[in-house]
Amino acid sequence: MEKTISTKENFLKGLVRENPVLVLLLGCCPTLGVTSSATNAIGMGLATLFVLVMSNLVISLVKNVIPDKVRIPSFIVIIAAFVTVVQLLMEAYTPALFEQLGLFIPLIVVNCIVLGRAEAFASRYSVGASVVDGLGMGLGFTLALLLLGSAREVLGSLSWFGLKFSESDGMLVFVLAPGAFITLGFIIAIMNGLKKKKA
Amino acid sequence: MEYVILLISTVLINNIVLAKFLGICPFLGVSKSSSTALGMGVAVIFVMTISTVFTWLVYTYLLLPLDLAYLQTVTYILVIAFLVQVVEIVMKKVSPELYQALGVYLPLITTNCTILGVAILVVQNDFNLLKSVVFAVGNSVGFTLAIVIFSSIREQMDMAEGIPAWMKGTPAALITAGILAMAFMGFAGLV
Repeated sequence: MEKTISTKENFLKGLVRENPVLVLLLGCCPTLGVTSSATNAIGMGLATLFVLVMSNLVISLVKNVIPDKVRIPSFIVIIAAFVTVVQLLMEAYTPALFEQLGLFIPLIVVNCIVLGRAEAFASRYSVGASVVDGLGMGLGFTLALLLLGSAREVLGSLSWFGLKFSESDGMLVFVLAPGAFITLGFIIAIMNGLKKKKA
Repeated sequence: MEYVILLISTVLINNIVLAKFLGICPFLGVSKSSSTALGMGVAVIFVMTISTVFTWLVYTYLLLPLDLAYLQTVTYILVIAFLVQVVEIVMKKVSPELYQALGVYLPLITTNCTILGVAILVVQNDFNLLKSVVFAVGNSVGFTLAIVIFSSIREQMDMAEGIPAWMKGTPAALITAGILAMAFMGFAGLV
């Protein structure tokens, strides 16, 4: 049984209302791990976006062929295959970024967003809707990462996308591990505050 | 001595959760009470040690000789998922008490990125088997230490009054984790 959903709503839900990072709190490891600069954040976001779209596409294509019992392992293998593709592509064409993101590229396999969308969306909806869902969720993820990465880079090293706008040193703690937790904490707090105001 | 230093550095200095950002999902998700946090921690120690040994063996004796190193990610995730299943079945048969205590955490561990992360790091660092085991034990103990401390703080925070409404829950927990990470940075000069 395939369910249906309007394309516009499907696309937009991933950006704000069901933002995977800021609202659903999925995929927190790369969110915190690679956002010490805006460039890294974009790179990670786009890599995940690619895996999300491709795995959603393939899973919704084969969903009727896979027996229900071995559903999850099959999804994981499909996802792992696309992650390997991204890994090899990035190693070949963007070696510097690949080096920076390091371990977090292969770890896209266990990013709960990807498996979560496969299970919750791609295995129920049509191919087109699944691709749109992957795009929306992937962009939502990228946006959240960009927001966090920008905040940390601006506060921590007084630069944005590597462009320094002041000679003095920033607050180093924001680039280091504790800053990641604290910045994400405040961003989610602000989101909560805005949501309450609206309601 | 080398092994002792590796152990100390993985548990305290490069703590897998607070410095390397692996395993944040269980760290935030299963840390509402300290007893469940401890259960999760012990399950991770168990699975991580076993899975690191197996993935190391698979990589060294299967993938490398066959020139299939690029299949690392796919193979590892399958080996880990398979092992978690086996551990679950064996534990159920051999020690039902242990299964009672840890059973619910086992399925969650397949998607715990610490397990896959450590398995990949071991290969990246070219560790031998013994070193890999020490590395796995150190990292999983570090995970347990962090999650137990964190859950104890969260238990106290639930009783605290005066946290503003918009900071309650996840935001406050994340900021607590940040302060905890700062505290762990103090270990940096230890080795």
